[in-house]
Amino acid sequence: MNILIKNGWVLDPANQVDEKLDLLVSDGKIAKLGKPGSISANDAQVIDAAQRLVVPGLIDMHVHLREPGFEYKETIATGTAAAKAGGFTSVCCMPNTSPVNDNRSITEFILSQARNAPARVYPIGSITRGSLGEELAEMGELRAAGCFALSDDGKPVMNASIMRRALEYSKIFDLLIIAHCEDVSLAAKGVMNEGAVSTELGLRGISRAAEDVMTGRDLLLAELTGGRLHIAHVSTIGSVRMIREAKLRGVKVTAETCPHYFTLTDEAVRGYNTMAKMNPPLRTAADVAAIKQGLRDGTIDVIVTDHAPHGMDEKAGEFDYAPFGIVGLETSLGLTLKLVDEGVLSLSEAISKLSANPAAALKIDKGTLDIGADADITIIDPEVQWTVDSSQFKSKSRNTPFNGWQLKGKAVQTIVGGRF
Amino acid sequence: MSIASKNLLGMKGMTADEITLILDTAATFKDVSERDIKKVPALRGKTVINLFYEASTRTRTSFELAGKRLSADVINISTSTSSVVKGETLLDTARNIEAMKCDMIIVRHSCSGAPEYLAQRLKSSVINAGDGFHEHPTQALLDMFTIREKLGKLKGLTITIVGDIAHSRVARSNIHGLITMGAHVRVCGPPTMIPPGIEDLGANVYYDMDKAVEGTDVVMMLRLQLERQTAGLFPGVREYAGLYGLNQSRVERAAKHVIVMHPGPMNRGVEISSDVADNRSVILDQVTNGVAIRMAVMFLLSGGAKNSAE
Repeated sequence: MNILIKNGWVLDPANQVDEKLDLLVSDGKIAKLGKPGSISANDAQVIDAAQRLVVPGLIDMHVHLREPGFEYKETIATGTAAAKAGGFTSVCCMPNTSPVNDNRSITEFILSQARNAPARVYPIGSITRGSLGEELAEMGELRAAGCFALSDDGKPVMNASIMRRALEYSKIFDLLIIAHCEDVSLAAKGVMNEGAVSTELGLRGISRAAEDVMTGRDLLLAELTGGRLHIAHVSTIGSVRMIREAKLRGVKVTAETCPHYFTLTDEAVRGYNTMAKMNPPLRTAADVAAIKQGLRDGTIDVIVTDHAPHGMDEKAGEFDYAPFGIVGLETSLGLTLKLVDEGVLSLSEAISKLSANPAAALKIDKGTLDIGADADITIIDPEVQWTVDSSQFKSKSRNTPFNGWQLKGKAVQTIVGGRF
Repeated sequence: MSIASKNLLGMKGMTADEITLILDTAATFKDVSERDIKKVPALRGKTVINLFYEASTRTRTSFELAGKRLSADVINISTSTSSVVKGETLLDTARNIEAMKCDMIIVRHSCSGAPEYLAQRLKSSVINAGDGFHEHPTQALLDMFTIREKLGKLKGLTITIVGDIAHSRVARSNIHGLITMGAHVRVCGPPTMIPPGIEDLGANVYYDMDKAVEGTDVVMMLRLQLERQTAGLFPGVREYAGLYGLNQSRVERAAKHVIVMHPGPMNRGVEISSDVADNRSVILDQVTNGVAIRMAVMFLLSGGAKNSAE
């Protein structure tokens, strides 16, 4: 089927395209880009993208789809529906399912469940067996089954020697090792950022040092081994500073952050709001400023959501007992566009962090509007004002701190492989 | 004049007027406990539930006596014997209790924020009897009552609180209340037990106990939880007692009229020496005043006006 997207503003940062163009999709591939009106429509379905941005399909490389094992929170079907609603054509799902995705059969199960899903799913395998941090998972098998990256996310690999070997061994397969940087002995039983707010609320705090200590460690191990490291959910001044410095030294590292780390602080926890409970926790205004600076100067390459669905019963009740995490697929783009409004990022930089950069980190053939590439396209209305209504989420879960927020900018069409 | 809210969740946000009202009302109720017939009809016909998720003998007994002396019907629920063991959520437990038409629920819970969570969802009055490390407002109120009773005022006094401030709801509630009433608060303990940002609440921090008690009007000792040793917060009881224990020589560094307090239960020989506990402290007065304060709070929250306290 042919699709002609006309009158839209095409923004493809990887190819430095930033102008009003018409785009033709043919047989699920990007076929042609041309000046408005220059492409003949023939039997193509025509989409009028006037006043819209036409960008490479957005990619969220840190999402929890919860299947297998936690289907009451989310399934691959509902999670990818949420992704599509948020403008994402591809997501990478973390392996902390039950069972953990540390072998081919789980990877293949996920891929088979995703076969007809509204967004593409790239499973991330675990670094260690069962994510127990003791023995390496069979990386070759995971790679062959379809994983481009590995992570024990949800947990760190506490044993430095195992993390070192993981980074070394990953080089055989050119796998990306995604590090959840948290020293569990420092984090202990903390439930929010350690600081004046946690002191006043009487909640156990997680010091920034718990993240920084491991960011520092993993950067040094990446430097030692030459493995490809990606730092997950960066939240602190210290992590940003160390990643910046490591990049200057030539360490092969990329980094991601989430909209909540550049939008909210630990003040959001006041009132014991479990919708503001996640790990790493919301930090202080100074950390938010450092995250924004890190995005601006390229220290942080990617914006992800760490979409972490949980049942409302689980998030109700005592703050201490609520699980960590919030959903994010359906609010990410709107919150990221706020950074453009604030002048922190240009529109092109913002879109890069959601498309070309994650694709480059994963080394997958996505995130561009190259001629001949898969027609994964997101059409954005950058001006529409809308109110976040969690009761309307396509996700099974509603655990967001942004319910009721006024945002500007939303995906209006998400096209995967030339299909709506 | 009355209390603004239907609940008593903490000292933070309470005004000096509200605190004074509670202390004055407690003074009236203190007499009731001295009488032969220790009862007034103020809460007759009202149902009060003590919902204690954390073990406690003295606080629960104190609330129970307070309720009974006000003629309320008081029921105690402690979690080991309740449906909580069967996995019922906090909210479901409280709603079930409310469905039996209870007027007041007194909650003690190991999680900070639990009483606030309930107060937002129940029509009953909720009194916080201690939540996690967050607040223990009736303890702070009885402490302030005791200080005022012994020293005649609160404004301008210096109070030194010593011990595991980081894990202490008694410390936090006292800091809020005392600062509101115009007192100066010093906190003292090893750095591992002083939480970040405590100065933002208005307290001055000391690691040296000799300096912390210098010239102070009130010394308030906190109980050392011995489990904190395994978390590396202090190396051992012997060293802790030497550095942060209240003994006679430290008492002598304080003001001549100094009063020594402890919320109980005490670890004799650890945070407080036996001779100071038995001869110099007002610990038992605190317990007596606790019943009066709790009577005052329960009375005021159920809409009682000060004049009808007798």
